[in-house]
Formats: sequence, C-alpha cells, structure tokens
Amino acid sequence: MNPALNKPHMQTKLTGITICLLFCCSPIFVSAQVKDTSDLMDMLDMETAKHPVTNYTSATFKTTRLINAHSIENVAGGVLDVKISHRFGALNGGFYELFGLDNASIRIGADYGITNWLMIGLGRSSYEKQYDGFMKVKLLRQSTGKRNVPLSISGFAGMYYNTLKWSEPDRENFYTSRINYAFQLLLARKFSEAFSLQLSPTLVHKNLVPLTTDPNDLLSIGIGARQKITKRMSINVEYYYQLPGFKLENTVDPLSIGIDIETGGHVFQFIFTNSTGIAENQYINGTTGKWSQGDIHFGFNIARVFTLKKTTRKEIK
Amino acid sequence: MLLSCFVLTAGAQDIYFTRTGKIEFHSGSSLEDIDGVNNEATSMLNIKTGEMAFTLLVKSFSFKRALMEEHFNENYMESTKFPKASFKGKITGMPTINITSNGSYNVQTEGELTIHGVTQKITAPAKLTVNGGKITGVSSFKIVLADYKVNIPGVVAEKFSKETEIIVTCIYEPRS
Repeated sequence: MNPALNKPHMQTKLTGITICLLFCCSPIFVSAQVKDTSDLMDMLDMETAKHPVTNYTSATFKTTRLINAHSIENVAGGVLDVKISHRFGALNGGFYELFGLDNASIRIGADYGITNWLMIGLGRSSYEKQYDGFMKVKLLRQSTGKRNVPLSISGFAGMYYNTLKWSEPDRENFYTSRINYAFQLLLARKFSEAFSLQLSPTLVHKNLVPLTTDPNDLLSIGIGARQKITKRMSINVEYYYQLPGFKLENTVDPLSIGIDIETGGHVFQFIFTNSTGIAENQYINGTTGKWSQGDIHFGFNIARVFTLKKTTRKEIK
Repeated sequence: MLLSCFVLTAGAQDIYFTRTGKIEFHSGSSLEDIDGVNNEATSMLNIKTGEMAFTLLVKSFSFKRALMEEHFNENYMESTKFPKASFKGKITGMPTINITSNGSYNVQTEGELTIHGVTQKITAPAKLTVNGGKITGVSSFKIVLADYKVNIPGVVAEKFSKETEIIVTCIYEPRS
C-alpha cells in the first residue's frame, strides 16, 4: 500500500473522532455560549436595541445652494451665512471680452437661521438691480431607525423687487409691476454618503411679463444632484425644465455644473452656467444663453458662516 | 447547565446600568475650542467582577457650533460608516463595593476603546462613588486622534490639540 495514500485516510478518521468528541462535549459548548451572552457588551447591545433612536440624515448637500438653486439644506438656528455670488460674462465673448471676465453679475446676500427648521434671507442682485427676500422651512426630514422616512421635504417662498428705471416712463407705471414671487417644494434624498438627488417643482409668478402672450404663472421642475469625489469636494449638476405653455417667449432652460470645495467655515462653489441672473425668477425663467452657442458663464459662490447664537446643549434629564 | 444558569441569575444583581452617561471631549487648542458632549451613552458595570462596557452613538455628540457638528460627523468621525464608539474593559483589582454605605473608591481601569472603527488598548484612572444605592463613575484620560485614524488636514491642524481629553461621568443604578 502506498503510504502517501494512507495519510489522508488517517486524517479523515481523525476528523471523524473530532466531530464525535465535539458532539459528546456539546453541553460544555452550549454553556460556554450561554456564558458568552452574559458578556456585558452583548447585554448592552440588547439594552440599546430595546430603545431605538431616530437617525436623521444630515448634510444631504454641502450648503444651502446647490449651484444657483436652493438645496434642501438650511443654515442652523443662530447661524448667519454671508454669500457672495458672482457670474462672469459669456465665454463666447472671445478675447475682446477676455472670455467674459470683463463683465459680472453679482448677488450679495445674507441668510440667517431663526431655528434649525426655519431660515430667512435677503439679497441684492446687480442683474435687473433686484432685491430679494425669502424663507425656507423644513417640513420633513429623511431618517432611519425608530422613524423611517425616505426623503426630506422643504418649502421655499421668495419675493423679488427690481429697481430698474422704467423702460417707458411716460406711461402710467405701477410699483407692483416690479414684483415677482417664487414658490418651491424641495424634495431630496441622500442615497449614499456620496450621492444625493433633489427634485424642485416650482411656481414663479410675475406681475408683469414682456409680451401679452406670455403667461404670468410660470411652472418648472428642477432636478439637482451631487456626487462627492472626496470628503470635502463634490461635483454638482442642476437643471430646470420649464413646462411648455408656462414659460416666457425666447427663454431657455438653465443648466449648471459646479464643484463645491469646503475648507473649514468656508464653502467655495465654482460653476459653469448658461444663466446670468442668480435669483430664482431670473435664472429659472429668464435665461436666454444657450450652451450649444457657447453662451456659458463661469462663476463662483463664496459662503462664510458666523455663529451668532451658540446652540444650547441637551442637558441630562 | 443548571449551574451556569444559577451563575447567570446570581450575576444579574451585580450589574449596574445607565442610559444617560455623559461623555465629553476637548480637542481644541488656544485658537478654537472644539468641545463635544454626549449625554446618551449607555453603560453597564459589574460591581463583583469589575467588568464594564460603554457604547454611544457618535451622531449624538452636540457642539456649540452647528457647523462643527457637521464636520465632526461628515469629515472626521464618518459617523454613517462608523455609527458607534465603544469601550469594553474591566477595573483591575476590583475592590469590594459596599452598596449599602456611602463611600468612594479610586480604581484603575483597562480595556479596548473603539473609535472610528479602530480599536486600541487603553488604561485610565477612575473613581467610583457610592451614594444612596447609586454608583457614580468618573474618569478622565487622553487619546491621540491619529491612533484612531481620524485624519486632520494640515490647514486646520493648528486648531486641534495634540491629545484629546475625554471625560466620562456615569451615574449607575441597579439594573432591574
């Protein structure tokens, strides 16, 4: 007999004995396992499992704006967020305009969190010399655990007042003609640590529109997404689809692509967009530049937060 | 089997428990105070054997500045990936605790601390104080964030102190 073949046979036999031994000694193993569940950490895990907590999703987006548009994020209660948004001229201006760098459209604004779920903001855009004010309210927060909610919902309402000189000062003009309104429902879901998606059904009402054939109520739906590439950097895309029949003549849908870079208390957003305006009524319903014709604007948003009121800590009950 | 059941039931009376353990940390330097507090740590202490266990949700730390809390969870602790921090260990040379008379005991603890998914062995002094049938456990020790692979980028590094001080305060009651 070949001894080399004999060896594995022996091993099988031995394994058999071991299995037999295991079965014979099983009471010992069982009691060992029982003892193991008396391990303090396991007991603690069982105890915490009895009291599940709601785990609210945070940081769906880096900041309160995805690019031009409002994201689902609010500034926290007691926090002031100063934002400077800057859009250069169009790239197709060529070398004469230094690819748009000779021109600028700017919005300077400040947002403040009254509570963690309610924020207000004021701003002034150089485009159409427009003042704006808005409020954003958190209605539902995405969460897991005790309370399982698949998405976050916020409501947004804004009011806009342009202060351009009347184009026809001789006719009777009304101040109400300068006023626009915007209402948005923001629906967002953070699918993973890196990827978030938002839908924003929007109604903009313009008291005065350029043509008699133009509707006063303008409907659109925005879609925005962010993909993190590192912990402190993300790529964002934003597009608003204007519903046919509810848009102004000669306007196109705005499409923007941006990068967020976060450094401590600052967020820098570098963007490319076909819109010149920065407020809702301007970029959603007043964009005329076409990506296909190189009517693209480089721009950036800079945000700096200041904690005016420190959060009060939860105390032991 | 019967014996082990008996041991188990006998052991249960020695276990003290809290759901509102307070864990604080101080990580700031003279440039910025980086302080977090968590009042929802759960912990168990076996007063016979000296065994103890702590667990907490990283997301439950609160800060004076909201943005700091976001950065803590998003950038440093990655609390979605590593939702819990825990400690499992024992009091070495556990003194006999007389629960019926008020008094305090200085002890030494050792065990494994898990933060950011990384486990390290630590030792720390602690004080147990018996008062009216409850036991208050207090301990303070220091850790180095790099040991737990918590990455502090260069631009903000000077806002952090080299070592992070952790202060634990738990008021234990008998587990019913």
